[in-house]
Amino acid sequence: MSPVLAAAAPQANPGLPAQLLVILLAAALTDNILLTRFLGMCSFLAISRQMKTSVGLGVAVVFVTTCTAALNYLIHVFITVRLGIEYLEYILFIVVIAAFVQLVEMIVERFLPPLYFALGIFLPLITVNCAILGVSLFMITKEGYGFWQSTVFGLGSGLGWLLAIVLMAGIRSRIREDKIPEGLRGAGITLVITGIIALAFVGFSGMLTF
Amino acid sequence: MAFFVAVGTLCGICGVLAALLVLADRYLNDYGACTLTINDGRKTLEVPGGSSLLSALNAERIFIPSACGGGGSCGLCKLKVLSGGGPVLATETPHLSDAEVRSGVRLSCQLKVREDMRLEIPEAFFRIREYRARLEAKTPLTHDIVLLRLELLEPGTMAFTPGEYVQLQAPAYARSPTPVYRAYSLAGDPGDEHHIELIVRLVPNGICTTWVFEHLRVGDTVHCNGPHGEFRLTDTDREMLFIAGGSGMAPFRSMLAQMAHTGSQRRCRYFFGAVERRGMFCLDEMREYERVLPAFRFIPALSAPAEGDAWEGETGLITDVVNRHCPDCSNLEGYLCGSPGMIDACVRVLTGNGMPEEQIFYDKFA
Repeated sequence: MSPVLAAAAPQANPGLPAQLLVILLAAALTDNILLTRFLGMCSFLAISRQMKTSVGLGVAVVFVTTCTAALNYLIHVFITVRLGIEYLEYILFIVVIAAFVQLVEMIVERFLPPLYFALGIFLPLITVNCAILGVSLFMITKEGYGFWQSTVFGLGSGLGWLLAIVLMAGIRSRIREDKIPEGLRGAGITLVITGIIALAFVGFSGMLTF
Repeated sequence: MAFFVAVGTLCGICGVLAALLVLADRYLNDYGACTLTINDGRKTLEVPGGSSLLSALNAERIFIPSACGGGGSCGLCKLKVLSGGGPVLATETPHLSDAEVRSGVRLSCQLKVREDMRLEIPEAFFRIREYRARLEAKTPLTHDIVLLRLELLEPGTMAFTPGEYVQLQAPAYARSPTPVYRAYSLAGDPGDEHHIELIVRLVPNGICTTWVFEHLRVGDTVHCNGPHGEFRLTDTDREMLFIAGGSGMAPFRSMLAQMAHTGSQRRCRYFFGAVERRGMFCLDEMREYERVLPAFRFIPALSAPAEGDAWEGETGLITDVVNRHCPDCSNLEGYLCGSPGMIDACVRVLTGNGMPEEQIFYDKFA
């Protein structure tokens, strides 16, 4: 967890909106789930080849992380903590995520066909995106998070993931014609670039600590 | 006590979620009745929406070829959808060329029926029937390949062209909760309208082949539909090269039976590959065809004969054997049946030796 939140959360109640904004920015930038924890890498590497699909997958991730963070927060507070079965959260969270994605897919397909055709295959794909489960699991380790804090944390993490994949898609579309050594093409150069971007994001946390 | 709380909670939550999904499927996936207008109104069907076009047509006894059983991996179930199909899905694009997309070709297994649709279905598909048959014999050809002989019960006859295939239904059993269809080339004599023969190779953990090997007994009733496919002999005079391995024997066995009936004088060489002697079969039958058909030669080859195989025929990979025998393929026709890897390798050898691609025909096991 970033030093920002550790410092921000216990402060003498700076007002909920301000706190939520800090959580949002921290989750999206300083604590970017993809660039600081390297979660959700496989779809990131595979999909970032094209801008259009990157945006599609990114938006789907934002939506699902936000909703599942809220749902899993409720499960955490009202079920697992009360019954003392926190150790089951890994299983419960992933089941909730899987069922939620299925449900959303059906609803979107029925009522928003254009969105369904745009996101299409991405919705079921992100059921197994580890960033989604990661968000839920990190969320419950944060001190003093209530329902809104958790939801915004989910939203921010999703936005961070979206930002990272869109950045990468932009870079990859520009280096498509470049002469990259054979052995580095594809995943290789993408990982190298990801590392460099990650360093830049470390800069964000450096900027905000004081 | 804690144990029961944990298990109970887990089961409870999973149960609630499952019930929610079942309910959602019931209400959200209900698209009401949709009308399918086929070939400019030659046929109209009223089908319940919500299922794939392939299964909706199947339920109306119109059988569209599909080797993978609706999984979106074989690309055989293409149909022209003139209206009501919606945009092309990401799961379809790998199987469609740009020209096909422009003319409205879709994969019917991926496309869901949501509204009224206008379709074009080739007339040949209406010839396809669902057959009920009885297993008359199950003969082992090698340790992992069997020959099935089916007596057609209802309808009682099937007219087919050698090279075509049927889709055999494996009923629901322990390995598969729903019936699945798998494609097998017709391996029998097309002159015998009352029987069909199939050659099935055991695929480890395969749903259909495991059923054939472990559960199917002589006398059982089976279901299949067909005939499907466009793999067949041309009517030119060019010399033909048949190349096959394993259960790829099937279409050629049927073609040779027909050539024997018509007394074909067309030159033909048949390269048949196996790893070792125990994988080789139908040798006597092929020697018999060599006797009946003066222009036919059978060239079996083993890629790695086991010790004690006492093999006097060709050895080496089938591609190397073909390469040795046919340095110039420019005026030959190639007919291939086998695994995708084998076919790709053979196509490379044949084109490398001068065979134009339009003279190569193949039946890839999907």
